[in-house]
Amino acid sequence: MSNLLNVSPSPHVHGKESTQKLMLNVVIALIPAFITSVFYFGIGAIIVTATSVASCLIFEYLIQRFVLKKPISITDGSALVTGILLAFNLPSNIPVLIVIIGSFISIAVAKMTFGGLGNNPFNPALVGRVFMLISFPVQMTSWPVPKGLGTGYLDAVTGATPLAIIKEGLKNGEPLSKLMQMIPTPSQMFLGDMGGSMGEVAAVALLIGFIYLLYKKVITWHIPVSIVATMAVFTTILWLVNPEKNADPMFHILAGGVLLGAIFMATDYVTSPMVPRAMLIYGCGIGIITVIIRVYGAYPEGVSFAILIMNAFVPLMNAYIKPKRFGEEVKNG
Amino acid sequence: MLKTFPTGGVHPPENKLTAGIPIEYLPVPPNVVIPLSQHIGAPAIPAVNKGDYVKVGQVIGTGKGFVSANIHSSVSGKVNKIDLAPDSGGFKQNAVYIDVEGDEWLDTIDRSKEIKREISLSREEIVKKCLESGIVGLGGATFPSHVKLTVPSGKKCEVLIINGVECEPYLTSDHRLMLEKGEEVLVGVSILMKALNVASAMIGIENNKPDAIARMSELAAGSFKGITVHPLKVKYPQGAEKQLIKALTGREVPSGKLPLDVGAVVHNVGTAFAVYEAVQKNKPLFERVVTVTGKMVSKPGNYMVRTGTPLIRLIEAAGGIPESTGKIINGGPMMGKAVSNTDVPVVKGMSGVILMPAEESVRRVIEPCIRCAKCVSACPLNLEPYLLMTLSEKSMFERAEKERITDCMECGSCSFTCPAGRPLLDYIRLGKSTVIRMARERNLK
Amino acid sequence: MSSTVLITIISLSLLAFISAVILYFVAQKFKVYEDPRIDEVQAILPAANCGGCGFAGCRNLAEALVKADTFEGLNCPVGGAPVMAEAARILGKTPAVVDPTVAVLLCNGSPDNRERTSHYDGAMECRISNSLYAGNTGCSYGCLGYGDCERSCKFDALHIDPLTLLPVISDEKCVACGACVKACPLHIIELRKKAKKDRKIYVACSNCDKGGPARRACKVACIGCGKCVKVCAFDAITLKDNLAYIDAKKCTFCRKCVVECPTNAILEINFPPRKEKAEVAAENVN
Repeated sequence: MSNLLNVSPSPHVHGKESTQKLMLNVVIALIPAFITSVFYFGIGAIIVTATSVASCLIFEYLIQRFVLKKPISITDGSALVTGILLAFNLPSNIPVLIVIIGSFISIAVAKMTFGGLGNNPFNPALVGRVFMLISFPVQMTSWPVPKGLGTGYLDAVTGATPLAIIKEGLKNGEPLSKLMQMIPTPSQMFLGDMGGSMGEVAAVALLIGFIYLLYKKVITWHIPVSIVATMAVFTTILWLVNPEKNADPMFHILAGGVLLGAIFMATDYVTSPMVPRAMLIYGCGIGIITVIIRVYGAYPEGVSFAILIMNAFVPLMNAYIKPKRFGEEVKNG
Repeated sequence: MLKTFPTGGVHPPENKLTAGIPIEYLPVPPNVVIPLSQHIGAPAIPAVNKGDYVKVGQVIGTGKGFVSANIHSSVSGKVNKIDLAPDSGGFKQNAVYIDVEGDEWLDTIDRSKEIKREISLSREEIVKKCLESGIVGLGGATFPSHVKLTVPSGKKCEVLIINGVECEPYLTSDHRLMLEKGEEVLVGVSILMKALNVASAMIGIENNKPDAIARMSELAAGSFKGITVHPLKVKYPQGAEKQLIKALTGREVPSGKLPLDVGAVVHNVGTAFAVYEAVQKNKPLFERVVTVTGKMVSKPGNYMVRTGTPLIRLIEAAGGIPESTGKIINGGPMMGKAVSNTDVPVVKGMSGVILMPAEESVRRVIEPCIRCAKCVSACPLNLEPYLLMTLSEKSMFERAEKERITDCMECGSCSFTCPAGRPLLDYIRLGKSTVIRMARERNLK
Repeated sequence: MSSTVLITIISLSLLAFISAVILYFVAQKFKVYEDPRIDEVQAILPAANCGGCGFAGCRNLAEALVKADTFEGLNCPVGGAPVMAEAARILGKTPAVVDPTVAVLLCNGSPDNRERTSHYDGAMECRISNSLYAGNTGCSYGCLGYGDCERSCKFDALHIDPLTLLPVISDEKCVACGACVKACPLHIIELRKKAKKDRKIYVACSNCDKGGPARRACKVACIGCGKCVKVCAFDAITLKDNLAYIDAKKCTFCRKCVVECPTNAILEINFPPRKEKAEVAAENVN
C-alpha cells in the first residue's frame, strides 16, 4: 500500500448505470425501427439518418470546443440519440442541407443555449423537427410512398400520410367510410407499410424497442401508457359520438407519430417530469392535445406540438407535484 | 411473495464473502485505546486515573446523563494515560490508553460456556443491567439500549422487532452470530420482551441467509414462545428501522416520530446477544463480532474483538493490507465511514472493516444531471434527492427544510443509483446537518 | 373612410383617458412614503450587494443609515471611509471611524509544510469534507483547500494557488466584505487591520493542539511555546489554546517575534528584505 488511503463520504459502492449506457440502450431500442425504415424507404433512410447523426455530433463538438470552451462530452451519447430521433421524424427523401439546418437548431438552439445536457426545457429533436416543419413545409410533408429497398432518395414517389388523407377528405366534405378505404389496413399500418416519417411508421418495431427499454429499466411505463390510453379513451368518445366524422381509436394510435413520440420522445429524461404521478398527468396532457390538434386543428398530426407544449409544463409539475413522502400520513391512528 | 418495504431501495452486489467462516477470537493486543465516546449522546466521564490497574470488565468511564453509556475496560493492565485519540474521521476524542498485562477478568463475570435460559431479573433490573453494562445498539447507530427499553408513560410497546436483516453488502457478523449463538440471541430477545412487557417478537432476516432463517426458526419454534422468524426479500436499506417496521408490520412511522409511536421497538441481533451476556452472564459490553473482508483480503473472516484494539491488528489477522488497497471502510460500503488511518480503535458500533481495491475506491467523474428520476424512485423515503442536492449546493436551506431534507436517513441509495455519478448524498448530508442546526437555533430563540 | 379614422381616434383617446384615471387613483391609494435620502445614499454606495455590512444589500444599509441616530456599527467595508464620509455629509451626521481591514489566511499548511496523510475523494467543497472528517493531514484546524472561500468572493480577490493549495488573497482587490470569513467552515480567515504598504505580521496558524502533535502535523505550526509573547515589548501577543495571536491594533511591526519564532509560524509580508531569516520566511510563503 504505497499510496494514501482514499477518504470519501458514503456510499462507497456505485451502481453499474451510467449516462452513456442509458443512451446506448435507447439507441439499441431504436434499431428495429431503423431496420424497418430502411426496409420500406431504402437508401434515403440511411442517408438522412447518417447526416443527422453526424451533424448533431459535429455541432455539439464545435459548440463545446469553441463557444462554451467546456470539456467535450459528445461521448455521453445524448447527441447521438438526438440525431437518430430527429432523423426518425423526417421523411426519407428530405434534402441533406435541410437536415443539417435542423440538426443545428436541435443542438445549438434547443440544447446548448440552455447549458447543454440536462438543462434544456424542450426536447431538442422535436424543436429541430418543428422548426423544419414551419420553415420547409413542402419538403417536410412530401412523404415518400414505401417501395421497399428500391425506393429512390430525392426522386422517390410521394404520397399523403393516412392522417393527411383523412384530414383533407373531411375538409372537402367526403364521408369517412369512403376515406377509410383509401388508407392502409390496420395490419399494414401495424407493420409500417404506409407513408410517413421514416421512424414512425412501423408500430411493431417501436413496440419491440419499448419492451427492451422497459426490460433494461431505462424508462418506466407511466408516460407511454398514459399517452396511448388517454388517446384511446378520447378518440373512442369522439368516434362513438360521431362515427361519420371521427376515425376509430385504432387508427389514431397506429397512424402518425404517436408510438414514436410516446415511447421515445416524450420519455426523454431531461424534458419529462420526475415523479410518477406527474408523469401520468404529463402523458394525459400529451394525449389530449394530440387528439385536439388532429381532430380540430389545422395540422393533420400533433404529437410533436403536444409534447413540446407539455414540456413547458414540466418545471411547474416538478415544483408542485411531490411524491407521497414516507411517513407523511398517519395511517395507524 | 416475501415481505419487504414498498417504495424505493436498491440492490447492491451482496459480496458476502465471509458468510461461511466461523467466528474466531482475536488475541488480546499488547495495548488498547478505548474511546470514551462510543455511543450517541454525551461522552462518558473517565472513572480511572493514570497508573491505575484495571481488570477486564471494569468500568473505566461512567455515562453522563440519561442518553449516554458506560465504558468498560476490555483488557487487564495499567492505565498509561487518558488523552485525545483520533477517531475514524480523524477528529480527536478523549480515550483511555491501557498497557495490557495478562488477561484477568472481574470475578463477577460468569465465564462458563453453558447457556443460562432462566430469566431471574425483574423488568427494572434488566434495564438497570443494560445501563450498567454499557449496552448500545450494535447495528451501527450505537444508541444507548436502556433508553429504548424505557417506555415513556402514555406510550405502549406492542411488538418487539429484532433486526437480523444485515442488508449492507459484505457484512456477515450478525449472520454468523445467529448461526453460532442463535440460542443466546433468542434468550436475549426473551429478556428484551420481558423488559418491554410485550408478548411477541418478530425477527426479520433477509432471504440471502437461508441457513440463519432455518436455524433461528427451528430454535424459536422449539421453546421460545411468541418469537417468530420472518424471511424478507433482499433489498437495501431493509435494515433501516422505519423500513423494517413497514416491511414486517405494515405500519409507517410518521415523519419526525419514533418507532414507539406505532407501538414498535427495534433492536439488533447483536444487541440481543449483548443483552443476554449482560443479564445472564453479568458480562458488560467490551467485545463484539467484526467482519474483516474485501475482495483482495487473503484471509477474510469474522472476529470476536475487544474494543480498543487498533484496527491494524484486526487487518493483520486477516492477512494484512494488500498492496492494491485504496480505501478502508469502517462499517458497510453503503453507510460506513472511510478511515483516514489504520490506528483507530475498534469501537462498539463497528460491524465490519472492508478493504476496497484502489480501482473501486475512487469516485466517478461527475456528469450533469440528466433528470432521469432514478434517485427519486430509489429513495426509500420518497424524497427527491436531485432537488435536495441542488438546494444544498445553492445554500437554499429553508426550501430544503420544506422538502423534508431532515427525513433523509443517509442510506445512500440515491448516490448509488445515479447514472451521472453525482455526489447526491454528500450535499444532502450537508443540507440536513445545516437545517438541523438552524432548527435548533430557532428553538433556542 | 374618415369616419373610421374618427372612430379609431375617439375610442383610443377614451381608452387612454380611462386608463389614466384608474392609474392615478391606484397610484394615490398605494402610495408609500419613502425618505428621498435613502435613494441619495444608495446612489453613492458601491452597489455590489455583497452583504459585507451585515445587511442583505446596499439598499438595506442605506435605509439603516438614514434611520440611525449615529453611524455606530454601520459601515460599508467596500466603499470605506470616503463613502461613509459622503453618506454622513448627505445625512448631516458624523461618520464613525472604522479601520480598513483586509482578509488574511491563518494557515500556511502547503503540501511541503504539512504532509498529506490521506486523499479526499468526495464532493470538492470544504464544508462537506469538514463535516465528514478532520482533513487530509495531521492538522484538523488548517486549510482544506477546496475553495469555498474562492467561490464566495464576489470581487475576484481570492484564488486557490494550485501549488500550495491555499487561497491567495489580493490586498488590492479585497474589500473586506467578510464573505470568505463566513464561507470558511474552519474559521481560519480573519479580517485584520490594514497597515501602510499592506504590511502584515501575523501568526499563520490555527492549530490548537499541543506543541508535539502540531509540529508533527505541520512544519510551520505554532507550537505555543510563548517565545514571541516574551519578546514582544508592546503586549500585542497573547497565547490561548497553544496558539499565539498578534493583535494588529497593538503591533508596531518591530518584527522581533518573527525572528524569535522557532517554527517560522509568524509571517511578515511586504517588508523590505533582511538577512537570512527573510529568505526562510519567503520560502515558506511560497
